[in-house]
Amino acid sequence: MDVELLEIRQHMGRFPPFDGLSDDLLDAIAEQVEVSYYKTGSNILALNDTLNDLCYIRSGAVEVYRSQGELYNRLGEGDIFGHFSLLRNHKVRLPAKAIEDTLLYFIPNAVFQRLCEEDENFADFVELERPRLETAAEQQKKSNDMMVTRIRKLLTLYPVMVEATTSVQQAAQQMSKAQASALLVLKEGGDNPRFSFKDREGKTWQMCGILTDSDFRTRIVAEGLPPQTPVGDVVSSRLITIQSDASVYEAMLTMLRSNVHHLPVIYRQRPVGVVHLSDIIRYETHSGLYLVSNIFNQSSAQGLARLASDVRASFVRMVQEGANSQMVGSALSTIGRSFTRRLLELAEAELGPPPVPYCFMVNGSMARNEQSIVTDQDNALILSDDFNPEQHDDYFYALAKIVSDGLDACGYTYCKGDVMATNTQWRQPLSVWKRYFQDWMANPTPERLLHSSIFFDLDSCYGEDHFVETLQDLIAHTAPKSPLFLAAMARNALNRTPPLGFFRTFVMEQDGKQNNSINLKRRGTAPMVDLVRIHALACGSKAQNTVQRLNDIGKTQLLANGMSEKLSYAFEFLCMSRVRHQMIDIQEDRLPDNNIEPENVADSERHTLKDAFQVLSNAQKFLKFRYPMPAQRQGR
Amino acid sequence: MFGIRPRQKITQADWIGYMAQRAQRANNPAIQQFFSTPLPDPETPIAEVPMVSLDMETTGLDERRHAIVSIGLVPFTLNRIKLAERRYWVVKPSRPLDEASIAYHHITHSEIAQAPDLDEILDELLAQLAGRLVVVHFRNIERPFLNAAVKARRGEGVLFPMIDTMSLEARLHRQTLWARFRRWLGRPPVSIRLHTSRSRYNLPGYQGHHALVDALATAELLQAQIATHYRPETPLKDIWC
Repeated sequence: MDVELLEIRQHMGRFPPFDGLSDDLLDAIAEQVEVSYYKTGSNILALNDTLNDLCYIRSGAVEVYRSQGELYNRLGEGDIFGHFSLLRNHKVRLPAKAIEDTLLYFIPNAVFQRLCEEDENFADFVELERPRLETAAEQQKKSNDMMVTRIRKLLTLYPVMVEATTSVQQAAQQMSKAQASALLVLKEGGDNPRFSFKDREGKTWQMCGILTDSDFRTRIVAEGLPPQTPVGDVVSSRLITIQSDASVYEAMLTMLRSNVHHLPVIYRQRPVGVVHLSDIIRYETHSGLYLVSNIFNQSSAQGLARLASDVRASFVRMVQEGANSQMVGSALSTIGRSFTRRLLELAEAELGPPPVPYCFMVNGSMARNEQSIVTDQDNALILSDDFNPEQHDDYFYALAKIVSDGLDACGYTYCKGDVMATNTQWRQPLSVWKRYFQDWMANPTPERLLHSSIFFDLDSCYGEDHFVETLQDLIAHTAPKSPLFLAAMARNALNRTPPLGFFRTFVMEQDGKQNNSINLKRRGTAPMVDLVRIHALACGSKAQNTVQRLNDIGKTQLLANGMSEKLSYAFEFLCMSRVRHQMIDIQEDRLPDNNIEPENVADSERHTLKDAFQVLSNAQKFLKFRYPMPAQRQGR
Repeated sequence: MFGIRPRQKITQADWIGYMAQRAQRANNPAIQQFFSTPLPDPETPIAEVPMVSLDMETTGLDERRHAIVSIGLVPFTLNRIKLAERRYWVVKPSRPLDEASIAYHHITHSEIAQAPDLDEILDELLAQLAGRLVVVHFRNIERPFLNAAVKARRGEGVLFPMIDTMSLEARLHRQTLWARFRRWLGRPPVSIRLHTSRSRYNLPGYQGHHALVDALATAELLQAQIATHYRPETPLKDIWC
């Protein structure tokens, strides 16, 4: 067909959402495309023009604006625009201008509508923000079911298999060659349908037993059998196997129950491998559960510090197994809390029992159960009101010092803002803490709250939990009635804004400036956490976790319908991107950080990230409007 | 690669008068129909002129010795190039293909063996061109080849005004004072071939030497030239030749 020569199909097929289309649909587009050239600086779409085509950038670059003239997006080769208008009333809402000499393909509305109808992914892609974030978040949720690891994941080698007539000597030679500690014995034909299978030539085989290293000792050498003995004569008739889709846990139980160390793994009656107890132990060593129990078995701070590398290994494994960011965050927080608790136990063993009751409080990400692999420590001590500084503070300072130094050695670096129990200001009796919080809420200024907002994520880690609960109650009671406080917090929450998106290999800022990388925490997850915290404070929620806070907010009228779900999706996606890029850092032997480089962002991730940034940006605008400074409210 | 000899220069100061005259004298109905379809007035702003980009692949450069092997065309306006209305024909040349030209435009003997004679598609071709301003890159191929081929088959030729993107490029790069100064310095002249011209306007590179691809490439080039050096209001008479 002549249209193929024009290479339109090939070009479009390289870019989303066209890359997922069938060849027939791509041909249908190429057949109908109209082409136009735009000189640098010329207008492509003007506000309220009628638009009847989807615009595709064949070459060049285009900027899209909001109706007030604010930059909305910068687009390059393979990007599309105009779909929002086509899905609504065909009036241009976002004007567009060529910022380089640009060649555009116009895809007529009829073709566009056909694509939306016939290709679900295409329809998802062009629908604004919510569906794409939702799909991305749901896909992550689906893959969580994989958390139950199947035993087949532990198999690395194909099993060594011999016929029953093979001599034990030949069998031993084959095992040595394959470096296997067990072999499977097969015989032709078969009476046991559980283990009968057909090979490629259609011959029926049946697995009749397993012979392990120790069997060679006990059944052959110890019995004085000659090397020519057929393996069929010595193989144990007792055959314990496991199906390949059983969980690692089931495999472990089977071994314990039957007192065997080798298990043939079966897929559709056919052996696909042999798993040994050591495979399971090696695997379990990297699990979070094992790590936590190991933390509590350490008898010194040095021992704890040696576990730091296990934390990374267990993080990588969780991500690979498809955990979502909530699971990763809460697992890492549990691990962090375990380190802290163990250090406190060790400190108490060294210093003796505490002179007055205390609560070791954690703040920031650990309190929210959203810890990442790149983190510092934020903690404080709430002491009983019986605390007498002259008599008791030496003890608590020493306690705080042991914990803080210990955590630093385990990879939780000292807090740059000095939010640590070693700081006298943050090592105070409950009554003083109450006063702190009352003062922050009654006399707020954005400057004063800048460094104290971290205390509004607070949770008990060890000791008298009710001290922290008292403070949580106080906050939940006072904050909703403190508009000035909420306004000051809101002001601070707008200090960090998300970028607009990506353009070629750059991160593009709201003002159109381009950067080489983006700190996803500073520009994404942290502003989102700040924003959600304010709504949570306003509605008196006592939840600390961002997603739980959003659930609480969703039950109120604070946000428009569906907004809290949308924020939840966006948050999950931002966190997950950060987690994924940290995993890549670790796997490539780099120090994990919060930065992502646009060239490492896949096309689909790029579009979803842009949507998430957009959701955050809109939510920030709403925040300014929802919690105005009272002075503004009087209209001065 | 091919011998070029001087040929009769075709210029027509009064295209409208010429077309009317030919319409009266024409014997062949298709040709009569072609010439009596009115062309836009020379004063018409270029933005309002219906155009058609035309490209031919030939077995050589001399219409007296060589023949047409394929024809591609794409109707367009300054605003939009309408690919849905594109046409493309392979035709059987009246003279044999030589291997050198096969290497050039990749049309093979077997493709040509099944192709119709130009005469069979001529009515359709003329109907596509009628009433539209034909745009080519280097008119000294399309104009004499089409004229000669039609004359051989229907007893009378076709000549009509064209916009030549190559001569627009030459005006900018070969006929300015700066260009003459460069020539005086002995610098090679700026290339005005289709694909180098396109790159000056940041148009993407295409696989060349296919009549349909080149017709699209020429239409895009004209859009870029007008956007860069002229205005949508520029009258047709300033651009055609």
